[in-house]
Amino acid sequence: MQPLIEVRDLRFRYDDGTTALDGIDFDLFPGETVAVFGANGSGKTTFVLHLNGLLTGEGSVTVCGMPVNKGENLTRVRQKVGLVFQDSDNQLFMPSVLEDVAFGPLNLGLERDDAEARARAALDEVGMAHAWGKAPYHLSAGEKKRVAIAGILAMQPEILILDEPTTFLDPPGQNALIELLDRLPQAKILVTHDVDCARVLASRAVFFEKGRIAAEGSVEEVVARFQWDRTALKRSAGSPF
Amino acid sequence: MHIPDGFLATPVWATLDVAAAPAVGYLARRAQQGLEQSKVPLLGVMGAFVFAAQMINFPVGMGTSGHLVGAALLAYTLGPAAAGVVLTAILAVQALVFQDGGVLALGANVINMAIAGMLAGYLPMYLWGAGRRRRSAIFLGGFLSVLTAAVLALSELLLSGVAMPAAMLRISLGLFAISAVLEGAITLAIVEALESINPDFVRQPQRSAGWVMTGAGVAAIFLAVVGVAFASTNPDGIWKLADVTGIAPHAKSLFAAPLADYQMGLLQSVWLRKAGAGLAGLGLIYGACVLCGRLLARQRGA
Amino acid sequence: MHHVVLDRWSRGASALHRRDARAKTLAVLVFLIALATAQRSFVALSACYFVILAAVVVAAGLPLGSALKRASVVLPFTAVFAAISLAAGEPMRAASLIAKSYLSALAVLILVSTTPLPELLRGLERMGVPRYLLMVTQFLYRYLFVISEEAQHMRAAAQAKSGSIRVLFNRSKFGAAAGALGVLFARSYGHAEGIHQAMLARGFQGTFRTLAARAFNKADAAFVMAALIVLVGARAAVEAWI
Repeated sequence: MQPLIEVRDLRFRYDDGTTALDGIDFDLFPGETVAVFGANGSGKTTFVLHLNGLLTGEGSVTVCGMPVNKGENLTRVRQKVGLVFQDSDNQLFMPSVLEDVAFGPLNLGLERDDAEARARAALDEVGMAHAWGKAPYHLSAGEKKRVAIAGILAMQPEILILDEPTTFLDPPGQNALIELLDRLPQAKILVTHDVDCARVLASRAVFFEKGRIAAEGSVEEVVARFQWDRTALKRSAGSPF
Repeated sequence: MHIPDGFLATPVWATLDVAAAPAVGYLARRAQQGLEQSKVPLLGVMGAFVFAAQMINFPVGMGTSGHLVGAALLAYTLGPAAAGVVLTAILAVQALVFQDGGVLALGANVINMAIAGMLAGYLPMYLWGAGRRRRSAIFLGGFLSVLTAAVLALSELLLSGVAMPAAMLRISLGLFAISAVLEGAITLAIVEALESINPDFVRQPQRSAGWVMTGAGVAAIFLAVVGVAFASTNPDGIWKLADVTGIAPHAKSLFAAPLADYQMGLLQSVWLRKAGAGLAGLGLIYGACVLCGRLLARQRGA
Repeated sequence: MHHVVLDRWSRGASALHRRDARAKTLAVLVFLIALATAQRSFVALSACYFVILAAVVVAAGLPLGSALKRASVVLPFTAVFAAISLAAGEPMRAASLIAKSYLSALAVLILVSTTPLPELLRGLERMGVPRYLLMVTQFLYRYLFVISEEAQHMRAAAQAKSGSIRVLFNRSKFGAAAGALGVLFARSYGHAEGIHQAMLARGFQGTFRTLAARAFNKADAAFVMAALIVLVGARAAVEAWI
């Protein structure tokens, strides 16, 4: 099976010279959901920003057979790879829900009526069809996240990347989101701290540490390993000496 | 100082609306630089920032409080063209949503604050921002941006025959001077705070801002300085200046006729009649500078 | 907050809300100009216009008392000048300032309370206002709520630390306030970068494309005609009789 995303030896430095990614190899296959764990600053978000060409590093990133660092591929790559950002307010920048969800299809060159139809269908898929005329600041965090996902679905991507999707959501909101993601057929990458979310959705996990992938395996294996580090800390803090 | 509707005489607000429209169009074209709209979110968000920052009150005394106007700060961080667009957007939202400033008076408020005030604020940075006098330039810019806008607003009110005895005029100017000093201090403090967060936030003054901007900025400051001098002691000196430049008789005939129908009762005072004509003359100088600059810029294909 | 209230009002369902933004903008402009240019007859005209505006507020389903009160934000500033005019022996000028500034503010308030701002901006674009400026205004409005909330949090935090936000003549508080605004600036910049990334991620090519706009229909045309007749007619009638 050909991987949808193929990353080989990806390296990236920030402007001030610090290494953000230090040789990442990664594959994403159709139908699978991969959880990406790691401490803040370990390079997880920097990594996913390379997958749709928002950042360009050394090494190779290939999406559906297309190399991502070639300028002319970018629009096609961004149609295939749907990125849902952590901050929904930055993602819902149009005045109304419908206009925002239609933003992607319009950029892809669809005619206005087709774009609107796609947008409505996507809103329906996430259960937010009734909110089409609302302004984004009237929505709850969970509703904003759903609309953000609709905005991506309207582009008919093959891959969904979600950066910390359950942060800012209350438990009912988190459950609703997990249920929604479970229903969606696309291959997914979940950057998350939410272990329960990963347990339900992900078939595989990777653990980022200082710009490298330090562990790979099933969710339970990786989780056990990084929870082990925290449990060790707890034990020594409680030590009587 | 946002002028509401109902204050300005019709020739004044109408002329300023007509003058503001192409000026704003010009600034929008310069800010956009081609068909690129990717900076729109940055400009919009910075406008929201200034809006939010303006809600913080700094007491000025005598029951009034000042707040960051932000014209100079925006010019230093976004460049003058983008700053002009953002300030116009801010004024539009203030007028429409908050009814702070009139809709017919929007042209006047835009010229006072978003164009003249902003350019007057940018000029010191443009001239001295790269050297040792940078901090003074930033302070002076903030100061001039508020004072210029205030003097223009006061002169527009005077021209419209709004009652303003000399004492009130001096008090107003005094209060505006205090706000201007505050603006200079706040702007400087914020610029220094920004530079410690990320030096790239504040632009290096670009010589390529063009002499259209410089010319208009100089004219604006000229107006402010002259306006203050005039209001404080020497209306006759300004009258002589207007006479000498030959503007005065034209100004009088231009404004005397239509304004006669309006209740300019207070202009019976000789002092204020001179004020009206003198300021009208200065306004015409300013307008001529901007117009010439624009026409020449177009010729050069700027 | 004021803009939150007006935003809520603007999403009502009255016949006036359903009119095209351009029609309402035109009507308000005619109103403002008719009022601004009125000289001898302005007292009677103001009374007439006040009744008309009040009727429109009620017809739009807006709370009358609240609307009238909100429009009076212009009065404190105007009152100062009106008082001076009175003292200078010009009662008519004083009355003119108050009547015109208040009624103008009320008319604009009605416009914005029956038209969501983004729709109003789109209408202005179709009436010739530069698109770039209107898009910046649209984004400003969109993020106004977000940024001012962040500013309020910072203010509360600053007040908790220093006891007061009054910073005149106190160098450390002044510096702290400036530092806070610096941080707010940086956060705003961060939002702008995030928005830009989100735009690029969904294929933004450099220009904003929009969905099909609402068409100007017969009801809108009828409304404009009615508004013109009523407003200009009132002015003509008042001037004929006074």
